[in-house]
Amino acid sequence: MAEMPLLQVRHLTTEFLLPGKGAARALEDVSFDVYPGQTIGLVGESGCGKTTVLMSILRLLPTQAQISGRVLFRGLDLLALSERQMREYRWKEIAIVFQGAMNALNPVMSVGEQICEAITLHGLMPRREAEARTGELLELVGIPKERGVQYPFQYSGGMRQRAMIAMALACSPCILFADEPTTALDVMVQAQILELLGNIQRKMGLAIVLVTHDLGVVAEMCDMVVVMYGGKVAEYGPVDRIFNNPQHPYTQKLLEAFPDLAQPVASLASIPGAPPRLSELPPGCRFAPRCHVCLPQCASEAPPLLEIAPGHFSACHLCKS
Amino acid sequence: MTQEPLLLVENLRKYFPVGQSLGDLLLRRPPGLIKAVDDVSFTLLHGEILAIVGESGCGKTTIARTLIGLEEETGGKILFNGRQIGARERRLQAGLVPLESGAIGTREQQSLPRLSFKQFRQQAQMIFQDPYESLNPRATIFEIVAEPLVVHGLARGRAEKIQRVRNALEDAGLRPAEEYFLRYPHELSGGQRQRVVIAGAMVLEPKLLIADEPVSMLDVSIRAEILNLLHDLRNKRGVSIVFITHDLGTVAYFADRLAVMYLGRIVEIGRTAEVLKNPQHPYTRALLSVVPVPNPRLRRERVILQGEAPNPIHLPTGCRFHPRCPLAMDACRMTDPAYVQLSATHSTACLRVESTAL
Repeated sequence: MAEMPLLQVRHLTTEFLLPGKGAARALEDVSFDVYPGQTIGLVGESGCGKTTVLMSILRLLPTQAQISGRVLFRGLDLLALSERQMREYRWKEIAIVFQGAMNALNPVMSVGEQICEAITLHGLMPRREAEARTGELLELVGIPKERGVQYPFQYSGGMRQRAMIAMALACSPCILFADEPTTALDVMVQAQILELLGNIQRKMGLAIVLVTHDLGVVAEMCDMVVVMYGGKVAEYGPVDRIFNNPQHPYTQKLLEAFPDLAQPVASLASIPGAPPRLSELPPGCRFAPRCHVCLPQCASEAPPLLEIAPGHFSACHLCKS
Repeated sequence: MTQEPLLLVENLRKYFPVGQSLGDLLLRRPPGLIKAVDDVSFTLLHGEILAIVGESGCGKTTIARTLIGLEEETGGKILFNGRQIGARERRLQAGLVPLESGAIGTREQQSLPRLSFKQFRQQAQMIFQDPYESLNPRATIFEIVAEPLVVHGLARGRAEKIQRVRNALEDAGLRPAEEYFLRYPHELSGGQRQRVVIAGAMVLEPKLLIADEPVSMLDVSIRAEILNLLHDLRNKRGVSIVFITHDLGTVAYFADRLAVMYLGRIVEIGRTAEVLKNPQHPYTRALLSVVPVPNPRLRRERVILQGEAPNPIHLPTGCRFHPRCPLAMDACRMTDPAYVQLSATHSTACLRVESTAL
């Protein structure tokens, strides 16, 4: 790709300091690129660090989190900025749709007012213009602008998620983080929201980082995918390659465990055991205790993330570049 | 099919009254009703798995709760092994509600042998959605799994109780069972907890399991394990399962038959393969078309319905799906479609299908 990446995440490592217990390493050595107009999916099971990646990049974690590595936005390291400088990027350049739209809206403020606040707080335009812009944003996400005066409880789940998306788009960001944007929604509403995100992306040339545990959503929405396990990147590459030629045993098992309505098989594979706890990470490869093709060295030696084909990375001792 | 079904549900209705305002009372408006389940009929054979799918608010959980007696049915009949059950029936038997004739008294229905609620509950067990909230945090795994035995007075002596709890835990895949006896739910992972819930349900050796979204809270890698476990229990113990879910993806692997619900009504029912391969109702087709498929090369035409299912207080006239139906005709606004039998096992309620079938 000749184009410059918008966002380059390099060796991102996040540790949470626990009083008297050392530190829990939530992320280790996470690297990926986000290109303009592209959708990149972060997938993995609960607790694998997907949301922590987003929060670390936006620097929204509590103070006991120690973040290292680099996050280059158009070549500028966001982690090196002061909090005051960071505010110029957060929401204006990189916005986020938080998980659980049901609870992310303020219940005692009208939806329109909340969107308007996002615009005026960033000092983008005077109040009068911001109100007109709020109407535009609501229409953009498919909500009649008259409903801006209503409160969140008068909205259905799908509409609240749309309102959250409108709010994230308030400052015309160039990257949108979407953290499980459809998890609590029904399939039909999920399809509506995903279609909306796709339309907005085409209209605004937005880059989207989509956090999900649903491989089907990744296959339908994303260009690139990062498969995470235990706070590390297991496999990273173009969606088409990863889904049709997965190299990491975890990705292979995850795909086998995911039901495919188009080609049902007799029984679903499962992965024995449970994901590791961050406080008791295994010394070598983090997937080794559950791996079906584990080698002796896997228990002691962590495999590096290697480029096994152009743009396709995998962290497994069995994969050779 | 000559085999008598384990469960026969006929014209089941469950209406919830809506709170009236003072104004409504003064104007003597009749109370509103949410028709959560409206005229649902189906059967479940011994050892069969029936999946009920639909969006939130379609009434699938209400069916589960009514079947197990947690809600009182408004009307209709539920027969379990040929005996009438259900909370309303229970009160009729006890003489607590007026009969249809208006007289108060016990129902003289000697033709149907009675099945006491406690006997029924011993044979029908429920598995809830959230294994994090359905286990008592202060009880050990042994106490949790043994409690149903105590309630039903089933285990004679301590040795038998231990034996039955051990068997139930091992059947649920928690081996060796003794290692789990003294542990508490918080020490277990989500998948293990759901196994404990299943062990607690299976310890009574029930004939019917009602599983309300048993895997939707679990991670993908654990989901398959739990579904495979339920499958094994069916194969080994012959237990019948009503599987309530919104996830069509898992149904394809798991269920023998599939019922698709929309706004309190079954719109299509049939063998799983029949319904998935040859869906006839426009709602089933739309629902199937939007299930994300983990194959980036497959580009399907998706039928995305606009809006959300309407409020079941104000049901649309005619076919309740017509306001969102991409194929609605004029007649759909007026006529509530009857079921059309497409094969011995497959039927659907749609006027379009009816007109082409004739």
